[in-house]
Amino acid sequence: MSEYLLEVEHLKQYFQVRSGFFKTVPLKAVDDVSFTIKPGETLGLVGESGCGKTTVGRSILRLYEPTGGTVKFEGKEITKKNIGSFRKEMQMVFQDPYSSLNPRMTVEDIIGEPLDVHNLYANKKERREKILHLMALVGLNAEHATRYAHEFSGGQRQRIGIARALAVNPKFIVCDEPVSALDVSIQAQVINMFEDLRQELGVAYLFIAHDLLVVRHISDRIAVMYLGHVVETAASDELMQHPQHPYTQSLLSAVPIPDPETARKKNRIILEGDVPSPLRMPSGCPFRTRCAYATDKCAEACPELTDRGGGHLCACWNR
Amino acid sequence: MAKYNENGTPKKNPLSLQINLQKFEKATDEEKRQQDVMSKSTTFFRDGMRKLFRNPLAVMSLVVLTLIIIVIIVAPMIVPYGYSDILSVDGKRDKGAKNLAPFTYSELEQEYIANGGERFPHIFGTDEQCRDYFIRVVYGTRISLVVGLFASMIVLLIGMLYGSISGYLGGKVDLIMMRIVDMIYSLPDMLIIILLSVVLNQVMSFKSGSSLAKIGTNMISLFIVFGLLYWVGMARLIRGQILSIKENDYITAARTIGAKPGRIIRKHILPNCISVIIISTALQIPSAIFTESYLSFVGLGVQAPMPSLGSLANAAREGLQSYPYKLVFPALTICLIVLSFNLLGDGLRDAFDPKLKR
Amino acid sequence: MSEHLLSVQNLHTSFFTDNGEVRAVNGVSFNLDKGKALGIVGESGSGKSVTAYSIMSILADTGKIVEGAVYFNGEDITKWSEKQMRDFRGKRCSIIFQDPMTSLNPVFTIGHQLMEAIKLHTNKRGAEAKARAVELLSLVGINDPEKRLKQYPFEHSGGMRQRVMIAMALACEPDILIADEPTTALDVTIQAQILELMQKLQKQLGLAIIMVTHDLGVIAEMCDEIIVMYGGRVCERGTADEIFYNPHHEYTKGLLRSIPTLEGARERLVPILGTPINMLNLPKGCAFCPRCDEAMKICLEEVPEEVFINENHKAACWINIRDGKTMAGKENGDE
Repeated sequence: MSEYLLEVEHLKQYFQVRSGFFKTVPLKAVDDVSFTIKPGETLGLVGESGCGKTTVGRSILRLYEPTGGTVKFEGKEITKKNIGSFRKEMQMVFQDPYSSLNPRMTVEDIIGEPLDVHNLYANKKERREKILHLMALVGLNAEHATRYAHEFSGGQRQRIGIARALAVNPKFIVCDEPVSALDVSIQAQVINMFEDLRQELGVAYLFIAHDLLVVRHISDRIAVMYLGHVVETAASDELMQHPQHPYTQSLLSAVPIPDPETARKKNRIILEGDVPSPLRMPSGCPFRTRCAYATDKCAEACPELTDRGGGHLCACWNR
Repeated sequence: MAKYNENGTPKKNPLSLQINLQKFEKATDEEKRQQDVMSKSTTFFRDGMRKLFRNPLAVMSLVVLTLIIIVIIVAPMIVPYGYSDILSVDGKRDKGAKNLAPFTYSELEQEYIANGGERFPHIFGTDEQCRDYFIRVVYGTRISLVVGLFASMIVLLIGMLYGSISGYLGGKVDLIMMRIVDMIYSLPDMLIIILLSVVLNQVMSFKSGSSLAKIGTNMISLFIVFGLLYWVGMARLIRGQILSIKENDYITAARTIGAKPGRIIRKHILPNCISVIIISTALQIPSAIFTESYLSFVGLGVQAPMPSLGSLANAAREGLQSYPYKLVFPALTICLIVLSFNLLGDGLRDAFDPKLKR
Repeated sequence: MSEHLLSVQNLHTSFFTDNGEVRAVNGVSFNLDKGKALGIVGESGSGKSVTAYSIMSILADTGKIVEGAVYFNGEDITKWSEKQMRDFRGKRCSIIFQDPMTSLNPVFTIGHQLMEAIKLHTNKRGAEAKARAVELLSLVGINDPEKRLKQYPFEHSGGMRQRVMIAMALACEPDILIADEPTTALDVTIQAQILELMQKLQKQLGLAIIMVTHDLGVIAEMCDEIIVMYGGRVCERGTADEIFYNPHHEYTKGLLRSIPTLEGARERLVPILGTPINMLNLPKGCAFCPRCDEAMKICLEEVPEEVFINENHKAACWINIRDGKTMAGKENGDE
């Protein structure tokens, strides 16, 4: 058995986009992404909208059929055929607490659905007990079981979604921006709950988010994505203190810090321009169009992730 | 301004520390919880019904429709005349009971009553063939309502099946299925109805007296046409609905859980488009009634002597100058039914359509 | 009162919905001076956006200002006619919204929409209006403005569209710019660009800005004065430094505790417990009391008033009154 829970190797996910009457062009949402996650570890995946971070999560769970590359779970490769047996091992928590819960189902039925699908109970009583246990685990009141999702606030809905994901006892959960739709005060509750669940159940997370403050708080390691590529991976604190890639540096400096003193002193690197369309990717390094250090070499070839010491990987020619 | 003192003494300086210190004791969790009440639990259906019953127009139409339905069920049991019976008094045909005005009796009947007999009033008068007009309108309404409901059911069934298959499978299947829908859409429906009823008249011959024969070939061709042509609107609607529901994360969530497509359609997709289905069926009924009336009016409707509201109106045309009420009654009934269904449908949409919710 | 550019006094705004009256804003007062940036921060349902919409009187059909006044240069604009308000909205006070994707009409070019705004409120026509449009686009940092004028909104990214929205808002040189979550829909790097632009414009044009947001980071960078709202009321107000380094309301304290930091040790977050307020069922006393750790009996019963903590700082919390942390001499909130 391998030491890793999840190994993603050269994952590619292209979508065909119609560009003419008959012509289609590939949209390279994820292009050659590799990373690993150990049991019980949290990997944060950050990047701006459209960088492919959500697609990575969904490709791992085979909600899309990847164009290329492999995903191994506990050393076994996930394929189209055997994905059914992995559904109990890997789960997902969604960004939007409103659209991720069926408005016509009660909380009990939503949390109970995975149990129904996988026949995880012997009788009605056991089903009910399991559901109440899960609800208690995520801090929901048992008396709420018969209510409908629309009666809850965003934070409570997100708890319901998490309870649903936990119902099958997964070892790995893809968290797709789970707190970005929540208010700050509720965000902290949910983040704490993710941490508690990791402690109690030993579950590993792929934590996808655009909020660097949140990602740094919850992750052991962080991978930064830009236009379908991972540009930098490092341990959480290492990445925050010594960012190597110019994109990571500007991303970090762009984060508004809730502290007027630092805000006044801060010298920020403001990136010029916008993210290029993934349909018209620049040649070579995808970041070169906005990079202050770009040279001719950057236009020629795309840099590979290389180790800069201590497991700090960075894909840049000039750093 | 908050009051700081209960016993009526002049208000103290809000900043002074003389305020009742008890009030600054810590509140218990229990007390705090009392402040934080969750609103009463309602299901989607109950919430919708509550909204529906707050809409005066919808409630009024509901009342009107219920009244009409009660009348068409109860009236034939009370009124001692049949829709095709020529009036007779003591077994003698009453030739004078032609085109009576509402609530009047013929000479024969007056005689009969004078002799101590009881005679049920002709509420809407009689027609030119000495038949009680009220009971004919009641039967006409029955026919029209049954046609409306039945046709809508056909449309609903075919449309739902076709639309959900097309919407759920998507891709190439969807493309082909929708092009077929487009083709059917472009057929002129009236022409097809007329052609079909002519053809069916030739082809089909029912045993006289059977219920099918009573309805008549025209009516059957009407159903066939509804079945063939009018489901396309419903199919498109349901397909669109399913496409938008498919985008929701709870469908993706069900897939990550490992739910099979059948379960996803049953548990997640259909319950979420049920409101749209109900609403559009409610709106489909009046249009079917309208089509039926229109066809009966031009003479392609039910077989005589079976009345329908349209054929009654058509028959009333001839004596329009002398007996205008004969047109008024069926026409008014059509108007009432169609208007009520439309208003009810609108009310249902306002109450149930999730898109109109904030 | 006339010394302030904009002065909101005891504003109450309610929405009359099927489920009853939602009292979205319950007695909010503040002043805004020329060239200042005021931040209104709060979570969803705190009434921060409704306050902004009430000033502009662009509330939804069910919403109504029930009480209070909004003074602009000393005149109560809540009493103005719709025609006067139209003028006010374009020339005096402009608003930009959260979602730059839906605030532009997709069927017209950027230039068309921008010039329409110019023609509506000024007497510039034809070439003159176009020249102004080009000037505005370059003001908000859009390269190659001549070309951009002929493009449609879908050809622009979110950040670009927000720049266009700002350009439109500035078309008639308003005195006040209200920004309702202007960067929430944008990426971090684009957010930084837009914030920098807004700061530049504030200095350059002497704009007064009302920044409505839930993001404490954005507020910290942009604003001189901050108002913290909860449940339709002001809990605390003061200069940025006072609010961030010397908070005196339990909600503000909780809010600051619950944000993760970018530096230093990763400590466990201290969240505010409970669920967000149900606006249909406002508590009798302090709106925050059901979630407040320190809640006292009085908090359940009576609404605290805003009292001065020091010259630059006011808070509405009973704890300050209990502990005598208020500034002597000054008693009541709104002078």
